[in-house]
Amino acid sequence: MSSIAPPQPVPQRVGRIWSGRGRWPLLGSAGAAVAAGLVLLPLVFLVVQAQRSGWGEVQRLIFRHSVAVLLWNTVRLAVACTALCALLGVAAAWCVERTALPGRRLWAVALILPLGVPDFVVGFGWVSLSPGLHGYLAAVMIMTLSLYPLVYLPVASSLRQVDAGLEEAGRSLGLGPWATFAKVTLRQIWPAVLGGCMLVTLGLLAEYGAFEIVQYQTFTVAIFTEFKLGFDAAGACALSLVLVLLSVAVLGVELAIGNRGRAWRAGPGARRSVRRVPLGRWMAPALCGLGTLAGLAIGVPLGSLVYWMVRGSSTTLPSASLLSAAGNTAAYSAAAAAVSSALALPVAALAVRHRNRLTILIERLAYLPMALPGLVIALGLVAFSVRYAFPLYQSPVELVAAYSILFLPLALVGVRSAMGQASPRLEEVGRSLGCSRAAVWWRVTLPLIAPGLAAAFALVFISAATELTATLLLRPTGVNTLATQFWAYTTDFSYGAAAPYAAMMVAISAVPAYLLSRRMSAPERIGGS
Amino acid sequence: MSSLSISGLVKGYGEAPVLQGVDLEVPAGSLTAVLGLSGCGKTTLLRLIAGFERPEQGRIALGANTLEDASTHVAPEKRSIGYVPQDGALFPHLSVAGNVGFGLPRRERRGRAVQEPLEMVGIAHLARRMPHELSGGEQQRVALARALARRPAALLLDEPFSSLDATLRNRVREEVHTLLRDHGVTTVLVTHDQEEALSLADSVAVLRDGRIVQQGAPAELYELPADSRLAEFLGAVNLVPASFGAGTALTALGELPLRGAGGAGAAAGMVMIRPEQLEVSPRLDGAAANGLTGTVRQCRYYGHDAILEICPEQPGPIEMLLARVTGEHALAEGTRVSVLARGPVSAI
Repeated sequence: MSSIAPPQPVPQRVGRIWSGRGRWPLLGSAGAAVAAGLVLLPLVFLVVQAQRSGWGEVQRLIFRHSVAVLLWNTVRLAVACTALCALLGVAAAWCVERTALPGRRLWAVALILPLGVPDFVVGFGWVSLSPGLHGYLAAVMIMTLSLYPLVYLPVASSLRQVDAGLEEAGRSLGLGPWATFAKVTLRQIWPAVLGGCMLVTLGLLAEYGAFEIVQYQTFTVAIFTEFKLGFDAAGACALSLVLVLLSVAVLGVELAIGNRGRAWRAGPGARRSVRRVPLGRWMAPALCGLGTLAGLAIGVPLGSLVYWMVRGSSTTLPSASLLSAAGNTAAYSAAAAAVSSALALPVAALAVRHRNRLTILIERLAYLPMALPGLVIALGLVAFSVRYAFPLYQSPVELVAAYSILFLPLALVGVRSAMGQASPRLEEVGRSLGCSRAAVWWRVTLPLIAPGLAAAFALVFISAATELTATLLLRPTGVNTLATQFWAYTTDFSYGAAAPYAAMMVAISAVPAYLLSRRMSAPERIGGS
Repeated sequence: MSSLSISGLVKGYGEAPVLQGVDLEVPAGSLTAVLGLSGCGKTTLLRLIAGFERPEQGRIALGANTLEDASTHVAPEKRSIGYVPQDGALFPHLSVAGNVGFGLPRRERRGRAVQEPLEMVGIAHLARRMPHELSGGEQQRVALARALARRPAALLLDEPFSSLDATLRNRVREEVHTLLRDHGVTTVLVTHDQEEALSLADSVAVLRDGRIVQQGAPAELYELPADSRLAEFLGAVNLVPASFGAGTALTALGELPLRGAGGAGAAAGMVMIRPEQLEVSPRLDGAAANGLTGTVRQCRYYGHDAILEICPEQPGPIEMLLARVTGEHALAEGTRVSVLARGPVSAI
C-alpha cells in the first residue's frame, strides 16, 4: 500500500445528481423538486390560512367541545371499522387462498369488486333503499363493506407467497393447526394485514360523501360543512390540521409496529406451494359467509343502482348532461393520471438510482399525500389560489393539480416497483453496445417500466374519476363531473336521476380496473429463470 | 483487434481502496484471465475498462487510443468494448434477435448481421424466443452473440460461466473458448475459478488486495508461483524444507532439480512440490526402502484421480504429504507406501 503514490484528491460526489453527468439526472432532479413542491404547497398554505387570525384563535377553534365530539366520533368509527375490515379481510382471504373452496377464481374477483364502487355510491345504494339507515352503526356497516377489500387484497397476495415449508416446520415442531396459523402463518402475513388496516383507517379519515349520506359527523364532514356552508376558511383549516395530525399518527403507528417481524425467507431454496385445507362440514358455512359478504358489499349497491335506473327511466333521463359530465370526468382524470405518472417518474428514478439523503426525503414527501385527505389538499389549494394566484381558483388546472397531488402516492407505488425491476446493469450493457445515455433511456429503461407506468396511470385514473370531496370544492363553476352531478341529485333525494351517473362512474373505471387486474394476475413475464 | 493496456489503475470506494494500482497487459487477440477471490475487485476492474465508472488514477488504452487517464474519459458507448455480465443481462423486453441487434445500426437489425453472431454461438434457431424462454446456457450465448455482433475491439467477460451448472459449464466454456480463439478477439475474462482460468486463458493475471501479484502463461503461474499463497490458490501443494545447491534442492525426498532461478543466493528455504509430482507405490514388507516411506492416512477419491494424505514414518521436517494418483491406483487407508518425487521443483 505504501508503494503507490497517495491518490490525488478527487472531488467527492454529493450524490450523483449534482455531478452534472449528462442532463438526464438534472432533468430528473428538476421534476422531483416540482413533485415535492406540489405536495408541500397545500400543507404550507393550510397553516398560513389557519393562523391568519392568530394562533390564539387557532387554539380556540381546536380546543372546543364540538371538536372533542368529532374526535370521539371519528376514533370510535375508525377502530370499529378497521377491526371489522381486518377480520373479514383475513378470513375471506384465507378461505379463498388456502382452502379447497369451490369457485375460488370467481370469489377472488367478486370479493374485490367493491373497490370499483365509490364509498358514497355504496352509501347511496343502502340509504336510498332503506331511508331510515343513519348514524354510527350505518356508517360502520357501509364503510366496512366498502373498505374490507383493502385488507383482503394484500393479505390474499401475501398468503399466496407464504412458504408452506414454514408451516410444515411448525407442524413438525409440535404445533396444532390453529397454533400454526397463529404463530407461523399470521406472523408471515402480518405486514400485509397492518398495511391494509392502515389504508382502511386513512380512507375512513378522508371519507366525506358516505358519512354525509348517513348523517354521521366525522372530522372531514365537519370541515366540509364549516367551509362550504359557514364560509369559515380559518376554522376549516384549523380543523384540517387536526385531521392531518390524526392521519400522520396512523402512518406512524404502522411504521412503528409494521417493521417488526417482516416476513423473510432464509436461503435460496424454492418455495413450496401450499396444500389447500379441505373444508369438510365447514363448506356450507364458508360459502354462506362469503356469499353474504359479497352480496351485501357489491350486490346491494349495484342492485340499488339498477333498481333506480329502471324506476328513473320513466322520468326524464338527461342523456346530454350525462355524456358531458362523463366527458369532463374522463378528461380531468386522464390529465391527472398523466401528470401524476409524470411526476412519479423522476421521484422514483432518483429514489432508486441515485439514493441519497435528499432523494429519500423527496420520496417520503411524495408518499405524504397518503395521509392527506382530498378535502385537506383542496382547502390548501384554495387558500393558496384565493390569495396568491386567483386566476387558478376553481380552474381546471387547480382541480387537476389537486388530483395529481392526492394520487401521487398511488402512481409512485407502480412506477417505483417497475423502476426497481429495471436493473441499471441493463442500461450499462446498452451503453457498452454503443447507445448514448438518452438512447438507452428510450430503448431500454422506458420499455421496461412501461407496464408500471400504465398501471400507475390506470390507478390514478380510476381514483380521480370517483373522487368527490376535492371535486366539489375545486370544480370550475358551471362544470359538472359524474361525481358532482350524482351528488347534486342524491342530496336532492332524486335517486332515479342520480343512479345513471353512478352507473357511468362504475363503468368508466371498470375498463382500467379490468386491465389492471389482468396485469396483476398475469404470471411474472420479466425475471430471471 | 487491438491490445489493451492498463497501468496504475486506482479505484476506491470511500475509505477502503478496491484497486491500488493495477497493471495489466492484454496482447491483441489473446484471452487473458483475471483470477481472484470474490470481492477482490475483479468486477470493478472490468467496469472501469468498460467505462461505467471512472478510476481515481491510472490509464487505460486500447491499441493507440487512450480511453481513460487524468484528462480523458471516453464514454462507454464510444469505446468499442463488448461487455458480457455475469448473468447475461439480456433485455427482457426484446427477443433474442432484438437483443443481438440492439447495438447495430437500424438498417442492419434484421438479416445477416444478427443471424451471423447467433450462428457463431450455435443458437440461430432461437432467434424469435424471448429471454425468459431460454435456459441459463442459452442466455449466456445470446449475451455473447450480442456483444460480438458489433465486432468490438475487445471483449470483457464477467464470470460468464459461474451461474451454469457443472456439466453445462464445461461445455459452454469449451465452445466459447474455441469461438474466441478462432476469431482472435482480445478478451479479458474475470473468474474466481482457477481451473477455468488455467484451462482457458493464454495469460493469467492474479488479482489480490487490489493489485496484480503475478501475470504469465498458465503453466508458468502453476509451476513458478510468486509466493506460497498463490501456489496454494492455484492448486494443492506440498511445501517442503530444502537446502539449495547449484541448480538443485536437497530435501527429505532426495535431491531434486530446481526450476528457474529460484533459490539462487539462499542456502536454505522451501520448495514447492505439486501432488502429481509424487510417485506413490505400495511397499512390500522387507523390501528395501526406496525414497521416503510412510502410511496412507486418508484417501480422497474423485473418480478420475485420487488424493492421498501420507504420513512419513521417519520423524522429520515433513508432517504430511499430498500425492495425486490416478483413480485406479487409489490406495486404502493404512497402506504402507514409499514416495518418490519427480523434479523439477520450484523454490518459494
